[in-house]
Amino acid sequence: MTDNQPIVVMKGITIEFPGVKALDGVDLTLYPGEVHALMGENGAGKSTMIKALTGVYKINAGTILVEGRPQTFNGTLDAQNAGIATVYQEVNLCTNLSIGENVMLGHEVRGPLGINWKKTHEEARKYLAQMGLDHLDSHAPLSSISIAMQQLVAIARAMVIDAKVLILDEPTSSLDANEVQDLFKIMRKVRDSGVAILFVSHFLDQIYEITDRLTILRNGKFIKEVMTRDTPRDELIGMMIGKSAAELSQIGAKKERRAAKTGEKPIVSVKGLGKKGDINPADLDIYSGEVVGFAGLLGSGRTELGRLLYGADKPDSGTYELNGKQVAIGDPYTALKNKIAYSTENRRDEGIIGDLTVRENILIALQATRGMFKPIPKKEADEIVDKYMKELNVRPADPNKLIKNLSGGNQQKVLIARWLATHPELLILDEPTRGIDIGAKAEIQQVVLDLAAEGMGVVFISSELEEVVRLSDDIEVMKDRHKIAEIDNDDTVSQQTIVETIANTNVNGKEA
Amino acid sequence: MATAKRSSNAGTGIAARFDARRLLGNNLTWSVVALVILIALCTIFDPSHEFLSLHWNKNTGGLSGPLITMLQESARYLMIATGMTLVISTAGIDLSVGSVMAVSGAAAMQLLTSGMNVWAAILISLLIGLLLGCINGALVSILGLQPFITTLIMMLAGRGIAKVITSGENTDASRVAGSEPLRWLANGFVFGLPVNFLLALLIVILVGLLCRKTAMGMMIESVGINPEASRMTGIKPKKILFMVYAISGLLAAVAGLFATASVMRVDVSKTGQDLEMYAILAVVIGGTSLLGGKFSLAGSALGAIVIAMIRKTIITLGIDSAATPAFFALVVIVICVMQAPKIHNLGAEMKRRRALKAQAKAVAA
Repeated sequence: MTDNQPIVVMKGITIEFPGVKALDGVDLTLYPGEVHALMGENGAGKSTMIKALTGVYKINAGTILVEGRPQTFNGTLDAQNAGIATVYQEVNLCTNLSIGENVMLGHEVRGPLGINWKKTHEEARKYLAQMGLDHLDSHAPLSSISIAMQQLVAIARAMVIDAKVLILDEPTSSLDANEVQDLFKIMRKVRDSGVAILFVSHFLDQIYEITDRLTILRNGKFIKEVMTRDTPRDELIGMMIGKSAAELSQIGAKKERRAAKTGEKPIVSVKGLGKKGDINPADLDIYSGEVVGFAGLLGSGRTELGRLLYGADKPDSGTYELNGKQVAIGDPYTALKNKIAYSTENRRDEGIIGDLTVRENILIALQATRGMFKPIPKKEADEIVDKYMKELNVRPADPNKLIKNLSGGNQQKVLIARWLATHPELLILDEPTRGIDIGAKAEIQQVVLDLAAEGMGVVFISSELEEVVRLSDDIEVMKDRHKIAEIDNDDTVSQQTIVETIANTNVNGKEA
Repeated sequence: MATAKRSSNAGTGIAARFDARRLLGNNLTWSVVALVILIALCTIFDPSHEFLSLHWNKNTGGLSGPLITMLQESARYLMIATGMTLVISTAGIDLSVGSVMAVSGAAAMQLLTSGMNVWAAILISLLIGLLLGCINGALVSILGLQPFITTLIMMLAGRGIAKVITSGENTDASRVAGSEPLRWLANGFVFGLPVNFLLALLIVILVGLLCRKTAMGMMIESVGINPEASRMTGIKPKKILFMVYAISGLLAAVAGLFATASVMRVDVSKTGQDLEMYAILAVVIGGTSLLGGKFSLAGSALGAIVIAMIRKTIITLGIDSAATPAFFALVVIVICVMQAPKIHNLGAEMKRRRALKAQAKAVAA
């Protein structure tokens, strides 16, 4: 594979943002007919590297050769014309057009009377068939198929534009196991046709299953290029995070069980809390020092219940008791005032305030609870920002950076700092570890355990059952917008227990 | 020794270049440059060659000269540009400021001719402006109407309200006894400088302090950047939206008083006409994005003065009235182009392209 000529050679790529070097002399070489993974923690520079190759960012130094010719990309169109196609995490197709139209967009078959739609759809079906997608109706609207299928359509589209390089940035993050296998089948077909695939994923199993070579980045620097089959996992992780994997495995053990809570009063006790269309009425007690995991599939109502507890949505039934006192939590302000905080799963749209600094993002919730006209004194603000940035190891350690320029994992840490600054008694964390790398994930999991040990009540919502089982004292199992079970998490409980509970428990009397 | 000296020189060289780059990237720089160029143009081409002259006027107790009248006119722009900055920062827009000026001016003139005490008349016309701003705010925040439509309606309605107040007349209060305090606000002098300009400057500074010494500025920006994320932090975006439109209405009322009190007459169809556009331009020149987010009151204030200076230039140079909008547009466009980051990176970009071309040649060879 390495005896033929590379399609893309990126050499000494450097990209600077005001005040930071996002990339510092990084090399990347892609050969035809290989699957190549960019590996690194969040903030290592993977996304920046991809944006350099797709023409989103201009490079400050270095060269990009495509088939031996030097290229300057002034925009994504230049990169596309050079044969570089991208399928993003969020699919960038037109959901209101048909599948066939999406595949052929800009390459429709033309006749004397404009576009020949019949031929265009035939052509589209040809490409779809090549991908093994002949079961799709090319006339059906794109919105009628699942996100996973849409991604495959996006890949078919990349083939239409005759791409030489196909970039797949986190294509598997929202797919289930079968869908991942479908994707891999198509990736192998595309690879065998001589296209170079650049793949980014946080799932190590997938990396080892599909990739041929790896380029490892750390802190914007090039670390090493290796063959996947010659690199053991612990060595790979070690290179990514710059320390031995043994340090990480410490929190791999299951959490030590919290002492019995008999005789204690719960911090929060809700009865019949629900909202029509979102979540059916549920009862829940959360005690001080306890981690309550919400487990369930996407759409099971786990996020919706978390949002009701915070007042992000207004409940339309149920009672809410806080330390034994009846309260009405109808909006985030009231929740924060009552020492309840919620970190959203939707970091970009509901979490960060992108154009504000890290410092402002940390202080803003505390400021909101104090009121607009009672500014936090500068000294106190400095102390809070300094304390939490250190405790949570936010990188870069500059509070005056805009939060949008931080990596996902560090944005997540800043958001956790924001909620901790309000000194909550109950902290609801919705998917705090999603889409972030293994190092930051371990750090955040540790934070969850530390907070509970200090006496905070923590609700931990995650789609990764492994995490939920490992960190929680109690697990609330959710299914089809119902809370279906509450599992006391002892040594006999495993991921399998939860999967079986979801599979075998009835909702509303229906056979599951 | 010699090498050490050289390296320190190189260091300062880089620092100086870096600063120059930052200076070029700063929106305030180009506003100042525009002001200087416009003043230079006026000085050179003014037929009477007295553009920069300042005389002490014994009657008014202040300085007089073309620049002074420019500052007097800028007071109203400063007011509406300040309100507009806050509104635009929330990703909104207030098209009604010109009409609100007409309403408050009409109210003041009408109340004075009806014999009301001058201070009461001022207070009531300010409250009317505030009320109209509150109506905008309520429609945008509580009902969630689009700011453009809401304030466009208020812009149309405002003219009507002004005409209703004066029964369609262009009320003249110049002969009303006891109206001197209002006249003084618009035409008087303190320390030799125009009262209305100093007052406007004071209000801009007060609003600036209010924004930056409390959390108001950050919260306005936060709502402009991401309203849903702001709500999740406990901020109440509706309250913030209501507030900025109310402030904009109040400041537009102040501008209306400045505009009408200078001649003690309201022109219900001309007072404040097109001024919403000037306010928006001042904000844009000042570097606040129409998409909302970070704002600069200092930038907008300077932008307002640039707008006043452009108008003064048009009069001084005797530009044909048919060509004035074109001249206005030309100056604003040039400023905006000079502010564009792409222009600042042009030098570096050319260099990089040349290097790449050379490299391509080398590879080909």
